[in-house]
Formats: sequence, C-alpha cells, structure tokens
Amino acid sequence: MHSDVVVVGAGVIGAACAHALSVAGVRVTVLDRGAPASATTASGEGNVLVSDKAPGPELDLAMASRLRWPSLIASLREDLGAGAEIEWEAKGGLVVATTEAAAQPLLDFAAAQRAVGVEACAVPAERARDFEPHLTPSVTAAVHYPQDAQLQPVLAACALLAAVRKRGGTVRSGVAVSGVDTDAAGRVRAVRTSDGEVACGAVINACGPWSGAFSTAAGAPIAILPRRGIVLVTAALPATIRHKVYDADYVGAVASGDADLQTSSVVESTPAGPVLIGSSRQRVGFTDHLEVAVLRELARKAVALFPILAEVPVMRAYGGFRPYAPDHLPVIGPDPRVPGLWHATGHEGAGIGLAAATGRLMAELLTGAQPHLDPAPFRVDRPALMEAA
Amino acid sequence: MTRRVVVVGAGPAGVSAALAAADAGAQVTLVDSAPTVGGQFHRQPAGAGPDKVPGGSRLVEHPRVRLLTDTVVWTVEPLHSGHLVHVRTGQADGPGRHGEALTADALVLATGAYDRALPFPGWDLPGVVTAGAAQALAKGQGIAIGDRVLVAGTGPFLLPVAQSLVGVGAQVVEVLEANGGIRGWTPSALVAGRGKLAELAGYARLLATHRVPYRTRRTVIAAHGEDRVTSVTTAALDREWRVKPGTERRLPVDAVCVGFGFTPQLELAVSARCELVDGFVEVTPTQETSVPGVFAAGELTGIGGADLAAAEGTIAGACAAGQAIPEAALRKARRGRTFAAGLANAYPVRPGWRTWPADDTLVCRCEEVTLGALRTAARERDALGVRSLKLTSRVGLGLCQGRVCGRNAAELAAGYTGGHYDPSDTARRPIAAPLRLGELAEDPEKENT
Repeated sequence: MHSDVVVVGAGVIGAACAHALSVAGVRVTVLDRGAPASATTASGEGNVLVSDKAPGPELDLAMASRLRWPSLIASLREDLGAGAEIEWEAKGGLVVATTEAAAQPLLDFAAAQRAVGVEACAVPAERARDFEPHLTPSVTAAVHYPQDAQLQPVLAACALLAAVRKRGGTVRSGVAVSGVDTDAAGRVRAVRTSDGEVACGAVINACGPWSGAFSTAAGAPIAILPRRGIVLVTAALPATIRHKVYDADYVGAVASGDADLQTSSVVESTPAGPVLIGSSRQRVGFTDHLEVAVLRELARKAVALFPILAEVPVMRAYGGFRPYAPDHLPVIGPDPRVPGLWHATGHEGAGIGLAAATGRLMAELLTGAQPHLDPAPFRVDRPALMEAA
Repeated sequence: MTRRVVVVGAGPAGVSAALAAADAGAQVTLVDSAPTVGGQFHRQPAGAGPDKVPGGSRLVEHPRVRLLTDTVVWTVEPLHSGHLVHVRTGQADGPGRHGEALTADALVLATGAYDRALPFPGWDLPGVVTAGAAQALAKGQGIAIGDRVLVAGTGPFLLPVAQSLVGVGAQVVEVLEANGGIRGWTPSALVAGRGKLAELAGYARLLATHRVPYRTRRTVIAAHGEDRVTSVTTAALDREWRVKPGTERRLPVDAVCVGFGFTPQLELAVSARCELVDGFVEVTPTQETSVPGVFAAGELTGIGGADLAAAEGTIAGACAAGQAIPEAALRKARRGRTFAAGLANAYPVRPGWRTWPADDTLVCRCEEVTLGALRTAARERDALGVRSLKLTSRVGLGLCQGRVCGRNAAELAAGYTGGHYDPSDTARRPIAAPLRLGELAEDPEKENT
C-alpha cells in the first residue's frame, strides 16, 4: 500500500498534521507503536495559552493556533457530528503575582504582549477576586487574558484522527516504526515497521519526546529531549474556579533550561468537575517514578493560590514527558539531510495549544502552499538542534 | 544495623509476614487501613481485640512489631536502597489524620484482593452488593443485608457468605454458582485441597438444613425495582456464560450478593514497578518480586485463600528479614498453590458475561458511563488503550478510580476493538488512597527508627 505521507506518532501533533494534510487532499497513514493519544497527549492539561509566551515566534504560532482551533472544531463537527465534542472552553486566563517583587515584571510582560496583539488586561489587585472569588487575598498584581482556552487533549486527538479516517486516511496502532528506506537519490521511499514496509513519498516525525530517537533511526538526528511533568487531579467540585489561574512565576519556569525541579501553580476546573493542578517541569530523562516532593510543591502552591482547596481530596496524579528542544522552540519543517523526512515536534508543554497551527503549517509546507506564518524560526537546521544532537 | 521491614496489609499474609520478620530480628511496622488486624478473612466484630485473629496476640505483644491500624499507604517511593512508605493515620474524613514516611529496607506487600462484581441491568440498585460487603456487614456488625437474599457468582467463597447471612437471620433464597461447582475440580486440586473439602461439606450441610438451594451454571442477569431491588431475573448459562434463552425465572428478593472471583489490590505493587503475570504479582520462591527488596504475599500473587496466604506471608517475612526460606512454610505454600491453580481452573470468569449488560447499563458507576457510551468511545474515538479509553469515556475516573469497573471495562472494550487493554494499566494509581490537598502540602514527620 502506498501513502503520500506517513505520520509517525498518533499524539495531538501527529493527528493535527495528518488532519490538515487529509483536508488538503493528501493520502495519509498514521502509525503509532501504542494506542493513539496515550502518551504525552494523555498527560497534558489541555492548555491553549497565549498568556505564558513572550513576544517572538512561539507566541506567533500560539496566536495563529488560538485563531485556528474554533474553525478546526467547526470542521470536525461537520465531519463527525457529536463525535467532535472536545470540551473546548474559551474561559480565559488569570495570571496573578503574589509577591511585591513579582508584580511589576508581570505587568511589564503583559505590556510587551499587548504590543504584539495579545489581549492582556491588567486587573487591579483588589479586583482580582471579582474574577476568582476564592483567590488568596495576597495578590499583588493580576492580568486577565481573555484568549486563553482549554480543551480535552485526548478527545481532540481522537476526533482529529477519526476525521482523518473519514477522509480516507489510515490510522494504525501497535505498529512501531524502526527506520526509513531511501531510494538511490537518498530520498525517503518507505518506512520500516514492525508490520512490514509502508511505502510513502514523505514521512513526518511526530514522535514527541521520542522524536530524537526516531530522528536518529531515520539517519538525521535532532536534539529533542524529554522533560517530565506531573499534574494532580482532585475530586469533582461544584464550579469553584472559573479561569485558568496561575502564578506569574510559571512564565519563568516555562522558558527555563534548568534541570532542577520547577513548579508553579496552574489551577483550573474541568467540565466534569475535578480541578487540575499543574505543573512541574523536571529534566530527569525518561525516569517516571512519582516523587512526593514534586507533588508536595504542587499542592503547596495550589493551596497558596486557593486556600479553599486545602480540604479537597486529591484523587490521582498523572505524569508524562514533554518534548523540548534546547532553544525551546518547536521544530516544524523538512530535514535538509534526508529528502522526504519532516519533523513536527519539540512543542514541550504547549503542544495541545500549538497543534492546530502546526498541522496547518506542515500541510502548507508539504503541499507547496503559501505558509500562513513565517516557518523560518522553526526550521530543522538550527544550530541548537543540530549541534546538540 | 537492624533491618527495617514494612508490611502493608494485616490479613493472614501480612500478620504472618510481620511475625516471621520480627522473629528473625527485623524491626517491623505493620500497616492496615482497618481499625484492627485480621483483614477480610478474619474480619472481627467492631471493637474486638486482636486476640481473635491467629497470631494476633503475639503480634501486639511482640517487642519488634509496631502496629499501625487505621492507616493508609497513599504512595510508595523508591529510595537509593529500599523504599519510603508514605502513610496517613486516622479517620479519612476526620481532622486529626497525621502523616508519616516509613523507611523500609524491605517491603512486604500483602494488600489482598477484593471481590469482583460484573455489570448486569439493575446491578446499581440499592440492595445489590458484593458478597464481600454482605459478609463484612454480617461479621463486623451482625447485620443482614436483607430478609430474602440471593447469592450469585462463582467460587467457593459464596458458601461462607451464605453461611454468614443465615447466621444473622437472613433467608438465603438461592445460591447460584455460574460454573460447574465441585465437578470442575481437577484431581490434583481435590488432593491438595482435601482439608477444604471438609469445610465445603460443612457449608453444604448447613445449606441443606436451612433448605437453601445451591444451583450450578445459573446466575442473576437482572435486578428489578424502583428505589431498591425487589426482584431478580436468574437464568441458566452455557459453558461460555451466555444466557440460555427460555430459562429465565423471576424471583422476589430484597437483596442480592454477587461475587465473581477476586481482583488483587495491585496499585502499590504497580507503583513499585513489580512485574505482573496474568494480572498477579510475579514472585520468586522467596516471595520477592521483580523489584529487589519488595516482597509480595497472599492474594496479590494469586487467589488461594487464607492458608496459602499465611504460608506465603511467613516466607516473605523471613526472607525480607534476610533469613533463608522456612521449609515448612514452603511445603505448605506449594500444596496451597496446587489447590489455588485448581480453583482458578474450576471457577473462571467466562467471556459470555459481556452479553448480560444492556446498552443503558452502567459500567462505571462513579462517572455513570453506560455500556453504550463505552462502546462509542472505544469504536468511534478509537480508544485503543486503557489511558485513552478512560479519557474519552471517563470510565474509571471517579471515586473508586477503576477498582470496580477497570477490569470489566478493559474486557468489554477488547470485545469492540482490536485494541490492547493491559489490565495492570487499570491498577495504575500512583496515589493509592485519596488525601486532602492540605495534607499533601504538609511536611511529613519522619520516623525516628
């Protein structure tokens, strides 16, 4: 069987690429060694955030993606009807500083974002509880981001894949890809899998935290590393928290390259009732032991933001690995070393939000259409990616 | 330095393990969530002392055993050498619960098993309970779950449950064994279990005295009622447990006790990374798991009853304390395993149960996920693994965290798709017991031993 494009990895990024390509009329096969949407995608909170990004290419991608999601959902609804339900909530975010020292940097950060078109409205500290009645009184500054949204990542990835199948594409689980075959000219002609060869004109590496290993197997290594994240889930509560609420030091943690544990509270309700408390960031390779110290930090910071949560039972914790590049930018584009090999990875903890624009950009580049945003910052041959690999 | 052994679970396996380890010179902490030792098998009336349980008095008087009752282990963390066992002591909803982190050079998991319920229309009605719950109520409180009670399921455990019910004054209208009963026992199991046969004969006499019919290859397939169960439909089953059409019978009852074998309480073993085989913890002859320093005993390693559990506990405790395998216990354990294998063979859960629930039957009661919704998630959302099945259907995400529905949902979904639903994934609960966010935020008080 021949496919125009094989997508390796059925997480939200692979699903979004496959979906955008299917819509563009490309025949796609998605392969995953496990079940779709079961690794990094199943370990996220479903953040679709513009608030946590400083002006620059990632914010541009985030803004494009935030614009794209509602129309993508509309298209899924046309294809799938009720099966397109992905718990989309344009609830907005509220970022708060809780120390005097953090107040001005938060306001400055918001001003810089406003200058490039982000809706970021400073809220007087004493008015923050109008937005979140249970918030700690010790808020020193707050910014409201109406564009921040949330969705349920597994539902989103599964809906995208269902639409791919509906449009004639193929999704196969339990098929591990071990490498690529090239023709005499060095161009990708097939992928080698645990279930035989799959001929294709191009292959997209959407293996998330395992993208580095796949790129090496494909003969073109890039430096993508895992970063561990843990999320706590409480018992279901009546509506208590209205927005995505986080403390301003999250912004520093996201952009940091430190290996040490970093946590900052991101607290939000879900439509089913439980409150999600994220999120830690830790460079520990693929070690996935649960560490009580990490859980304790998450709990402390959540209770500091919302004292009312102290009495709420924690039902479970889940952890996962997020793919990051040394320069903290996603990788989207062709690999110049192996014609026909493409990468769509390195989105770290923002992949859910960035998936919509990533898929679209990938489809534009692969089909030769005019890209809707500048792809240059995400190109594969950046020194940070090639040298470290 | 004295070895520190932490034993989790104070049933027959855990009590034996604690005694064996302490006798071998180790400093032992025995943890159980109940107010007293005994576990499910030796469940005691409320307020009873530990002297009613085999080994109980010696346990509480032993200078090297610290007994922590009313205590849950909420997680186990690996250390460079050994484990840190995080516990909370006190009533879960009370204000005075306190936390502690116990350092274990060796850890013995004896967390036991709980009985399995299969979904059928009406199984969520008040008055329909697990056999274990009915027995706990009878033994612990002296209360009968109903006046006219049906007992249904599979396995010899149904008989002592019926006995307990009769003992507290209930009328047991029928005991329904979905398999073939004693006729399914292999000769080797009959030999290994000859001690058990006398016990079973005793139950049979009791049932006869009280005119309780015992029927094989029959079960309850529906419970009816408005606010609680008032009647049931029972039916004959073929060898695969599909209902034989035309054999349905309606029976008035006010309570139903169901027990389709047991599910091991695996979450701590799964958190500790112990390898599983066929849904049970794999152990060496010393009862050590695939993780050095972590031992498992009792129903975690296979369903075999109290005697086998006690023998395994003795081995695990002695070996955890650094001693050689006690030979007598090893012989007992071997005999017990032959019997256990015979039981597993004679009382399997057959796949035909998946035809009992209707589309609107709840599979997951906490999150109210129906069979129809589960099928839609598995098929239309392509939820081909446990994690995506949970997150697309919400099955197993509620209060019980999949303890009741996890295995059932995995087996149902496997019938709908070509997906792989690893049953051990349904026991992945890194937080093994709920705790309040405020408790989690506290600094644990370290044990000073």
